Amino acid sequence: MSDTDKPALQQDPWSQLRGFTRARIALGRVGSSLPTKEVLGFGLSHAMARDAVHLPLDVDALEQSIQSLNYQTLRVQSRATDRASYLLRPDLGRRLHADSLAQLQVLPKQPVDFLIVVGDGLSSLAVSRHVAPLLDAMRAYLPVEWNLGTIVIASQARVAIADEVAEVLGAKMVVMLIGERPGLSSPDSLGVYLTFNPHVGCSDADRNCISNVRPEGLVYDAAAKKLLWLAKEALRLQVSGVVLKDESDAVQIEVEEAPLLK
Amino acid sequence: MSYQYSVGTRTYQFADLKCVLAKATPARSGDHLAGVAAETYAERMAARMCLAAIPLKQFLEDLIIPYETDEVTRLIVDTHDKQAFSEISHLTVGDFRDWLLSDIADSATLKRVAPGITPEMAAAVSKLMRNQDLILVAKKCHVITAFRNTIGLPGNLSSRLQPNHPTDDTRGIAASMLDGLLYGSGDAVIGINPATDSIPALMELYYLVDDVINQYGIPTQSCILTHVTNQIQLIEKGAPVDLVFQSIAGTEKANKSFGIDIAMLKEAQSAALSLNRGTVGNNVMYFETGQGSVLSANANFGVDQQTCEARAYAIARHLSPLLTNTVVGFIGPEYLYDGKQIIRAGLEDHFCGKLLGVPLGCDVCYTNHAEADQDDMDTLMTLLATAGLTFIMGIPGSDDIMLNYQTTSFHDTLYLRKVLGLKPAPEFEQWLRKMQIMDEYGVVRAVTGQHHMLQNMPKHLLVAK
Repeated sequence: MSDTDKPALQQDPWSQLRGFTRARIALGRVGSSLPTKEVLGFGLSHAMARDAVHLPLDVDALEQSIQSLNYQTLRVQSRATDRASYLLRPDLGRRLHADSLAQLQVLPKQPVDFLIVVGDGLSSLAVSRHVAPLLDAMRAYLPVEWNLGTIVIASQARVAIADEVAEVLGAKMVVMLIGERPGLSSPDSLGVYLTFNPHVGCSDADRNCISNVRPEGLVYDAAAKKLLWLAKEALRLQVSGVVLKDESDAVQIEVEEAPLLK
Repeated sequence: MSYQYSVGTRTYQFADLKCVLAKATPARSGDHLAGVAAETYAERMAARMCLAAIPLKQFLEDLIIPYETDEVTRLIVDTHDKQAFSEISHLTVGDFRDWLLSDIADSATLKRVAPGITPEMAAAVSKLMRNQDLILVAKKCHVITAFRNTIGLPGNLSSRLQPNHPTDDTRGIAASMLDGLLYGSGDAVIGINPATDSIPALMELYYLVDDVINQYGIPTQSCILTHVTNQIQLIEKGAPVDLVFQSIAGTEKANKSFGIDIAMLKEAQSAALSLNRGTVGNNVMYFETGQGSVLSANANFGVDQQTCEARAYAIARHLSPLLTNTVVGFIGPEYLYDGKQIIRAGLEDHFCGKLLGVPLGCDVCYTNHAEADQDDMDTLMTLLATAGLTFIMGIPGSDDIMLNYQTTSFHDTLYLRKVLGLKPAPEFEQWLRKMQIMDEYGVVRAVTGQHHMLQNMPKHLLVAK
């Protein structure tokens, strides 16, 4: 049955605009309500996102993919022991489990300039898909003199657990790569949080955030470039967060336009 | 004053006023997380009975967060209008509920008394009210504001058009804007949550929305929801800023975690006013709030999340916003666990805001890790619109592809206007008729490919062709 056989359905004559966005535009209407097809499609997307929240991170596979980039890894656990307590008690997800804390405390001390922590967050799918390619893209922008130390993989983790990891390991700066809450059309968005002088008790105002890292969102190379621009600025200004403004795009424009001025 | 209540042979003791407030609050996960919730059903009722007997005056004496250490408390105390309060100063919290529901408290009376009500009084009485009480009283409170149109008139329901895009792609944003406008949304504000903090990229977004508003002559306003310090910088650089946005919370420490204080908000307000871009009014601020944000910043000082939320409205009230939006289900299940808790919180926030004189709208929403779905949202939006809600969000198909949550759609606004006989802001309604998007009965018209707006697309879309 074609849509012309459905007199109740009012179609929107701007469906060609769907080429510009994944937003649910030009859905049409029945009266002023959503057509059946759209209600069911939405229901399926919601079901898939609900399932993504509860999918555990495959840490073995992640370690392998990170090690294949010649980075060392180690695993830690938050104080949240399962998904249910993780969802209801964010305070537990922000702190290291006592065993993990002890494990980090006995490591040999070495100065770390830029520590990378990976956390499952609310979407393990984001982490398993995008962390290794992002790390790979970051290599082109990382100053050779920076010591990265070991990449830490944290399970049942919230963003702030990276502060405690960094404090124990004595890192100047930490970046947290973490699965964002799954969206209806994007169950696999990776979030990136940069904190200078990280310590337990840092607040969101102390961080710079880059969100929606994935091929359909902010692509790996652009995210890596932005992150490292922010990290270098944070090191220069000795601060991160709301006082550190992201002007990486302006810098890019200046560089690109400079030859034209000559 | 000691706080206790006896039920039969059992006496329930409450350490202080904030403890009574917390334990009287309808159950929610955030108060359990904070360790301040009632431990039993009976304790919760005992706390409510204790609360009902407390005089409203007590809230002016017994400050739940100290005056010396918190600028929000100082604002509440220093701006309290004793003259306005005198009409209700003899009441207990329980009497206050009765008074609010009575026909003595008509719209004019409630407006007159509003500056005498503190957030703690509003929160306290809400804890004794059923959902229908919250709806009935809120409906009597009229809060009217204006910038390029008039928001909050009785019988009106406005909508914020929220054309977000995960990479701030200007064509993607323009496409969602056009979709929303052709569905009659966007009278509250066209407000973008940008993915970036980059100043040049933000500048581009300001021009994008401003161009569309000018091209079609839309009586509405724009807003880019980035940090207030960015917006001040952008105003200095000449950006066409209509409304200044900021997330706010109910304690000084929580606001500090957002990187703001009240002085900074005032500075932003002055900067926006200096541009003089309003045509029918000068309410230049747009605030967002939400239960749980204070605890999330570890800044609640033993105060329950709903009372903290009401305190944020004191800041909003002080800065005469065009719009204030409680983003009720965004924060996640650790603060509002399921549909029932989200619905209750939405009604409480709307009631407290309106009672205090704040133009409250609601982002009726949920995330994919909460126990909620579209049915819960239908229930909440219908209840809130019945209560005279100022505005809701409008997102293509309820799916925010930038912020990864579900909120209300353009279709939802049309549904509410249809079943409850509500209208857009009058100036915007005129525009919708002129553009042949809506007929004189408020019904959306069939749009063909020959429609003026499709034949004359925003230039950001044309460039792409």
